[in-house]
Parts: sequence; C-alpha cells; structure tokens
Amino acid sequence: MNEQTKKILNKYLHADRDSLIPILQEIQESEGWLSESSLTEVGRHLNMPVSKVYGVATFYNQFRFQPQGKFHIQVCRGTACHVLGSATVLQEIQKALKIKVGETTKDGLFSLEIVACIGTCGLAPVININGNFHAGVTTESLSEIIESYKEKINI
Amino acid sequence: MSITINVNGNKIEAKAGETVLNVLSDHGIKVPTLCHLKNMFPTGSCRMCVVEHKNTDKLITSCSAIVEEGMEILTHSPRVTEARKVIVELLLSNHPDDCLYCVRNGNCELQGLSQELCVTERRIQGRRNKLPIDTSSVSILRDPEKCILCGRCVRVCEEIMGVACIDISKRGSQSIVSTAFDKGLNTSSCVNCGQCIMVCPTGALTEQSHFAEIKEALSDPNKKVVIQYAPAISVSVAEEFGLEAGKDIAGIMNAALRKIGFDYVFDTSFAADLTIMEESSELIKRITENKNLPLITSCCPAWVKYAEEFVPELIPNISSCKSPQQMAGAIIKSYFADKVHIKKEDIYSVSIMPCTAKKFEGQREEMTNKGISDVDAVLTTREFVKFVKLFGINMHEMQGETADSPLGIRTSAGKLFGASGGVAEAAIRTAYHTLTGSELVKFKIPEIRGLKGQKETQLQIGDLKIGVAVVNGLANAKKLLDEIKAGRKDIHFIEIMACPGGCVGGGGQPINLDEQAVKDRIQSLYRIDDTESIKVSHKNPDVIILYNEFLGKPLGKKSHELLHTEYQKRDVII
Repeated sequence: MNEQTKKILNKYLHADRDSLIPILQEIQESEGWLSESSLTEVGRHLNMPVSKVYGVATFYNQFRFQPQGKFHIQVCRGTACHVLGSATVLQEIQKALKIKVGETTKDGLFSLEIVACIGTCGLAPVININGNFHAGVTTESLSEIIESYKEKINI
Repeated sequence: MSITINVNGNKIEAKAGETVLNVLSDHGIKVPTLCHLKNMFPTGSCRMCVVEHKNTDKLITSCSAIVEEGMEILTHSPRVTEARKVIVELLLSNHPDDCLYCVRNGNCELQGLSQELCVTERRIQGRRNKLPIDTSSVSILRDPEKCILCGRCVRVCEEIMGVACIDISKRGSQSIVSTAFDKGLNTSSCVNCGQCIMVCPTGALTEQSHFAEIKEALSDPNKKVVIQYAPAISVSVAEEFGLEAGKDIAGIMNAALRKIGFDYVFDTSFAADLTIMEESSELIKRITENKNLPLITSCCPAWVKYAEEFVPELIPNISSCKSPQQMAGAIIKSYFADKVHIKKEDIYSVSIMPCTAKKFEGQREEMTNKGISDVDAVLTTREFVKFVKLFGINMHEMQGETADSPLGIRTSAGKLFGASGGVAEAAIRTAYHTLTGSELVKFKIPEIRGLKGQKETQLQIGDLKIGVAVVNGLANAKKLLDEIKAGRKDIHFIEIMACPGGCVGGGGQPINLDEQAVKDRIQSLYRIDDTESIKVSHKNPDVIILYNEFLGKPLGKKSHELLHTEYQKRDVII
C-alpha cells in the first residue's frame, strides 16, 4: 500500500462507512486522484465492498479517477460564465485536448475539471490553470492559452 | 393493533406499521411495482407504485408509506394511472426497441406494464446510453442498455448473497449498474448464482446461452450426445408446459429429451447418491481423525467460488467431492464410455441445471480429466423449456420413460438434493448406516427441512454426537461461518446452498418465481421421499454395481482420481 494512503487510513482506525467521503477527500488531496488500489484499500479498511466505494466515489464530481495533468484546467460553469458562453469554452477545450471532463491527456500535460463558480464573475467566462486566471476566454484566445502552456514544457 | 383505512371508497382493516403496498396486496388490490422486492426494505426509487393520498392530495409511493388511521387512498384514479404511464414512457425513452429479439420477450415486466398502461407510442425521446454488453462472465450476460436502474440486482447481490459485486455508479443520466471500476463481471467477486437474473424486470441480465453448441452437437453424426438433469429440474418445469405446478415429470422429460435427439438420458440424482457415498465417508473420516472440521459441502458452485474469494481460510474444510453434475460427467466419460464402447472424445456431455453457476463450474480447469471436460455444456431450466418448445415437443402426449442405465436408478435421498437441507439429510442417512451397520428408524430430519435461512440440529449416531447446520442464501452462510471462525465447535457438518430454498430456488429457474412455487417444488421432493421405497443412497443398486465393477470403495484410488478435486484462493476485487 502507498505510504500516504496508509497514513491517512491510520488516522481512521475504528472508522465505519460514515467516514468514507472524508477519507476519499484526504486521499485525493494528498495524491491528486483516486487510484484503483487506493479505493480497494479504503474498501478493505472500512469493511465495505469495493463496488460500493466506487459507486459512492463516482457519484461526486469532486473525485478524479485519473492522475492530474501537469496543467490542471478548471472551467467555471457558474451562471455568469454560462451566460457568456462557458459551454462553448468547455466544448472547445475538450475538442482541442481530446479529453472529457475528469480525464487527463495521454501525454499527462493537461487535465480538465468543471467548477461551479470561481467567484470572479467580472472576468467571465473564466478558466483557471494551475492558479492562473484567464479572463474573457474566446475560441481564439483559448488556442493561444493552450499553446502557451505547451511551450512552457519545451523551454 | 388494527387500524382502518379507506381504499377506493371501501373500508379496509390493516395492521399498524404495515406498508400501504402490503395491505393492498393482502386485499387483492394489485399495484404495479418495479423496484420492490418482497420481504426486503423498500427503496421507493422507481415510483411505479404511487397511489393518491386524498388526505394530503399527494401521490405517495405505496411500497414505503406506512398505513395511518383514517388514510384515504385511491389506487387507480386517472391521476395515478397517468403518473404511472409517464413513468413507463420515461423508462422507455432510452430503452432499445428490440423486444422481438429480446430473451425476455413475453415475460418482461417493463413490457407488461407498458401494455397494461396502454403505452402505444414513443412520446419521449431519450438519449440511449449505447454501452456495450458485458460478455466477460461465462455464466451471466449484462446488457446495460436494457437496464432501467431499478436496483433489484444490486440489493439481492448484497443483502441475500452478501457478495455485493455490483452497485449503481456515476450519477443522473450517466448512472449505470457496474462492478467496481466498471470492469467485466469475470474479474469481480460475482459468484454466478444468477439471483440477479431472477429479479431483473427486463432483459438486462440473462444467462450465457449454450444453445448453439448443443444444437450443433446434436446434428453432428460423429458425436454421442448425452444429457443429465439435476434433482430440482423435474419438479420445476411442469407449469411451463401447462401441467400441474410442482409435479414430478422426470419420466416425461426422459421421453422428451430422447425425442429431441439426445442419445442417452441420465438423472443427476444418481450422481447425487454417488456424492453421498463419497461425502459421508469423508465426514466419518474427518470426525474420527478430528481434522478439518466442520466439513462443508461442495455441491453448490456459487458457494465454492464465494469461499475461494471471501473465506479462503476455510477451503480445507470444503469437501473434496466434486458436485453431482461433475461426478456424473466424470463417470459418463469413463465407466459409461467403456461400457458402451464409445471413445470419451466422441461424447458431448450436456446437463440441465437450475443454476447459472453450473455453467461456470462446467468449464473450471479443476473439472477436467487429461484436458477433457467432464461436462461440455450446461442448460438452465429456462433454456431447457425453450429447447423443448424449439423442437416442437408436446409434453402432454409424452409417455413416461425411464432414464438410461447404468446411471439411471436414483434413490429418493438423491432427489432431496434439490431442496435446502437435502444433502445433509441424505448424508446423515448413509453415515448412520456406515457407522452403526443399521438403518435409521425415522429417515426424516424435520429440523433441517424448510425455507428458513439457517437450520441446525444435533444428532446422536452410535457413540458420536454430530452437529449439523444447513444454510441457504450466502449472506446467511457468512453469519454462520463467522461463528465457526470465532471458534464455535459443536457443528461438524455444514450444508451451504447459495440460493434461497436451495436449488429449487436457483438462478437458472423459470423467471417470476414466487415463494409458493419454491414451496410446491420442495413439497414435491418430499412427497417423492415419502412414497418411494429406496430412501438411502447406499442402497442404490446402480451405485453398488458402479463400486463393485469400477470404483472399488468410497475415497478409493479411482474415486480420488475421478470424483474428487481441490480448490484454491482466488484473487478478485471484493
């Protein structure tokens, strides 16, 4: 078992299934995603069938089942961003990177997540990549943004 | 306490604490359900059972609502039937339109309800989930497109079987029933019991069919096709052919199977007698050596797989005897083949089982002899019924025939294998004879009969006191095995059957099984035991000849080679 996961599970020694979600959150916090092996370990620890652990985990948007990319893209789908076209932004990102929400590109560079509202409605539609906010995103600016991150790797 | 409610303008007495649905069905008022399972906690997820609650002017789910004094209920008001119709229309909105090609055509609950509620057009178009069929399991097929997410399979798998290899994952329109990590059923902890198929309202869950292979073998002039049928079969199919429910139609089945073209027809109950000869000797041996006790039966392949996955530490306790299906298969391809001068390679061995797990058992590597399978193909009871109809056999016109010799004679002890408690009862009868040299005065052991999930008794045989426990439903088995693991010592012999009621309630039986049908079948088996004269396996004349001519003695060298096997821990996601 992964050392980090072991540490987290040790904090929940006599826990039952009530603790499932906090445990999953802590594991994702420390590893960035939920691997099959960690879900299996959690099931064993809580004496819960892994199918149930998987069922609960996949219910929530917050959990990822692929490791995060080097650049993690959060697309705001809050009301203001929606009005100003965030659906198209999301679609364009999926097309450009050939991944769906919750997935990571094969080269491990980009991963994609939807967030409800970042709280910067004045910048709508907004995306956040590794803590950098990109305001008023359009189809044109999007390809430039993605290219700029790809270049960071080449340097 | 009794309270009064008003249903459709009539006063009805109801017991306090009961659900509205139960009260209605007790009074013969039919309310449609899709997710409801009798005797299990209601989930209220499908909403089909809604009724109008006049006091609050709301539609409530009758499966989860508890009766209250003065409650006024309308079960078939225009508002209610319209609501139910919309529910069916919504369920159909993303459902495939291929009813004609569906295995459940004619006995699909969704189809029945859409007919009942007069759904005649596709009013609502939904996006189909277009998910592939999971063909990975050798026993069970899953077609997610036909799934209506009622959750019955999930609950049976967890609550009755204690396996929980499936659950509903993802959310909203993306929801599906899946295994852990959405992998094939074959990599999951599924024990192939097929109880999920028995409760599935649609064609989303079915068995892997061996139809085509068997038809091909039947038309191959170089193959001798033999067939055996399990003890539970002959009492489980009569109603499917319009005969009296629960009636034993073994003779008619023998005739029908010959007419279809099977070259030899055997009754697996013969092999059940053989299993008893081996297993009772094994029991006595373990008790006298005080080794690997309690002995646990191995007839149920779903239980065996469960043990390999969930309680591998108890594998040494499981009887090394193969199941009757596999013993019959092994004897057919050795002793019988020699006797009729057919090469075993030329025999195609089929069995009819009330079980989907037998399909898995048949292809296990442990169940082969020098690369040749003991059993080549397995039909469920359902498939057998279809087979008879496909070949245009009229069961009403069949004259009863006897099964083929030398594996044709069975005792009523062998027949008891079909009901929970039967294996234990048959084994005790023979063990008593082996130990004391005389027969039991009373053969019946009522403490281990019946539908209860866990039954126990203590028996005095000669100087030995033997504790016997019988469980059906793997969730019940888990409870008992936990006690055993915690050090309980008074039980020496455990019979475990995965399905409720034993094989008569098996996952390969005709769909729409209710408790009464299971009871009828069990009664039929007990009637056979009451009326027939040979009630103990060791007096089966064909079994005696088989030992004299071929096997030698129980647990002997030949038996060990053909009739016994061993199991190993299985690594799956649990």
